[in-house]
Amino acid sequence: MIRLVGGRIIDPASHRDEIADLLIDSDRIVDNAGSNGETVIDVSGYVVAPGFVDLHCHLREPGFEDAETIASGTRAAAAGGFTTVCALADTQPSTDTGSDVEALLTQARRDAVVRVLPVGTTTKRRESQELSEMVDMAEVGAIAFSDDGRAVRSASLMRHALEYSLLVERPISSHAEDPDLVDGGVMHEGRLATVLGLKGIPREAEEIAVARDLALARLTGGRLHLAHLSTAGAVEQVRRAKAAGVRVTAEVAPHNLVLTDATISDRPYDTNARTDPPLRSLEDAAALLEGLRDGTIDCVATDHSPRRWIDKACEFDAAKPGISGLETAFGLLMRLVHNHSLSLTELIAALSQRAANAWALPYGTLEPGASADVVVLDPDQAWVVDPERFLSKGKNSPLGGQTLRGTILLTIASGSIAYRNGL
Amino acid sequence: MTIEVLSRPSSPALIPSGQMQPVRRQRKNVLDLDDFSVAEIEAVLETAAAMKDVLSRPIKKVPTLRGKTLVTMFYEASTRTRVAFEVAAKALGADTVAVAAASSSVTKGESLIDTIRTLQALGADFVVMRHHQAGAPYVVAEEVKASVINAGDGWHAHPTQALLDLFTIKERLGRIAGLHVAIIGDILHSRVARSNLWGLTTMGANVVLCGPPTMLPAPAFCEGLPWNVERTYRLDEALEGADVVMMLRMQLERGSGGLFPSVREYVRTYALTEERLARAKPGAVVMHPGPMNEGVEIDPRVARGAQSLIEAQVTNGVAVRMALLYLLSGLPA
Repeated sequence: MIRLVGGRIIDPASHRDEIADLLIDSDRIVDNAGSNGETVIDVSGYVVAPGFVDLHCHLREPGFEDAETIASGTRAAAAGGFTTVCALADTQPSTDTGSDVEALLTQARRDAVVRVLPVGTTTKRRESQELSEMVDMAEVGAIAFSDDGRAVRSASLMRHALEYSLLVERPISSHAEDPDLVDGGVMHEGRLATVLGLKGIPREAEEIAVARDLALARLTGGRLHLAHLSTAGAVEQVRRAKAAGVRVTAEVAPHNLVLTDATISDRPYDTNARTDPPLRSLEDAAALLEGLRDGTIDCVATDHSPRRWIDKACEFDAAKPGISGLETAFGLLMRLVHNHSLSLTELIAALSQRAANAWALPYGTLEPGASADVVVLDPDQAWVVDPERFLSKGKNSPLGGQTLRGTILLTIASGSIAYRNGL
Repeated sequence: MTIEVLSRPSSPALIPSGQMQPVRRQRKNVLDLDDFSVAEIEAVLETAAAMKDVLSRPIKKVPTLRGKTLVTMFYEASTRTRVAFEVAAKALGADTVAVAAASSSVTKGESLIDTIRTLQALGADFVVMRHHQAGAPYVVAEEVKASVINAGDGWHAHPTQALLDLFTIKERLGRIAGLHVAIIGDILHSRVARSNLWGLTTMGANVVLCGPPTMLPAPAFCEGLPWNVERTYRLDEALEGADVVMMLRMQLERGSGGLFPSVREYVRTYALTEERLARAKPGAVVMHPGPMNEGVEIDPRVARGAQSLIEAQVTNGVAVRMALLYLLSGLPA
């Protein structure tokens, strides 16, 4: 038994916000103390919340273990307050079959400190040629399908993917970006790309792809999930589609909510700020925030993308996109709470309950009987980001040296302490 | 706040008025002209004039930078820029080393890190670098102790070209402020245009940009920049009343990339001919950073005509680069 004593429990799912003890028996949250011995942890003065759920995370194993492993990635997740991470399929080999899913889960059982849920590919090897074996993968635990990192190239194949997914009732997560319009672009097309002489990616690359996928979701009735939205125009399209009854969910990455393309010019050509989709303008960030607030965007997902040092220590055009984001997500997002754009409860919901609901996962709540996934956090404690101290193997963060206010103190995943920082 | 400055210790204080008094620091690098003040550009132009005197002497050599080493590192083809730097360094007594840099796209990141290590091992004082990707010299400048001079990076910047253009304009027309300068061609993909925009607007010139719509930066993207200048698609409009006509090279080796239908139509619409040049002010000067596609963006008769400063640009390129090397070395006047 674990007893967390005296914390402020915020559980958006049950509308709870009160000072109380939280009891954990084995891997469940319980009402009453059982007869087992108790571990008592004093968490008075801190917030106790449901463990965060990340629908979008690159753990790089198998195939790219020099960038991240399930062991290091899940430790980073725990340090960031995440108790469930969905592992994207762009590994080597990619997660294409039931046996790939099983292999990932086997490895996770051995190495992971938080729950890992596999996402299978939508098309085999993410090549946009043939659909992947969704039934086979769903039976052994794939919770969604995505070719993330690439869009499904043809509209007809995307249509069939959405249709076929009705058989397994799992969402198709789309990296909605028109590759022809990206055309080698490396940052948001705008004033700063013009100044820096870098090829831009227009907002329309996302908006055109989102329009296509929404139309196909309407046509097929399939469950569409839009990964990492970055533009105001896409938010508006999703808002209208939801109002029209299209089955669509959407996520936004912390960096697209809080940072802008100015991060690339503040320290000229900072490859750590190269992301896909790119960091965009203040107006886009404001629209994404509004979308998150009004429910157009369902949740925050990190798009944690650890990279090897050499993949960032190079020319901007040659750098691989992505931010190692699990460990800074909460602190970065807390900027929105500290500047009164979001309430702490809204932020916790966006990271836990609403993420779980988007994909109908039975997590993200502290109600009795739920899986004992709990995070204890201090919303005010400041810390300075030092990527070299990340538990993730990916040290690629544009936030190095910056102060974030909001610290994870304790993470309990399925009843086990996965991360403990000073409590 | 720190500003980098390039000036002889004897020049007047360059600190602009304001509440925050920036700390002055001897400039280490020349990466673009976006961080150059008027006084700093003037210091370069004045020093270049003195260097031009040195070059007109029977023995074109002074020992100012004896014992210093300049490394040129060109990932992209260049004749005049590389040669001008080498001649400039030798005229000041420095040693020059040319490092062959593979431009293979396969090596990408590794090659740049390799470059940095090579430079550190060589103990170079100056690194002159050209690279096909924007920002590459910034990566090197952050890592090495040497002064890094950007000799062209992707579409981004070519500051020494812009400085020699400013010098050449001032030498011929006596001033820069108030002049009407038309920049014509593929502005969007031109590092020469970008650096000249910073330099010309800092020095108070009125610039007009002219090119096909596929090759001009969108007006919205220029807002709030010193180069939020007049723009036109029509060559005749751009030339009207111009003191300086600056032609850009068409990057024909890149192919049209969907940016224009044919060379034929481009020539018809944008080539600078004697008839069209007549719309500019009498005595207007014509410039081109080279190498020219004669018969494409510029008619050979204009390129070789009385109004052309194209050869003077090449000659002045040496003096301006001597001035930069001298000023970067921080030696007293």
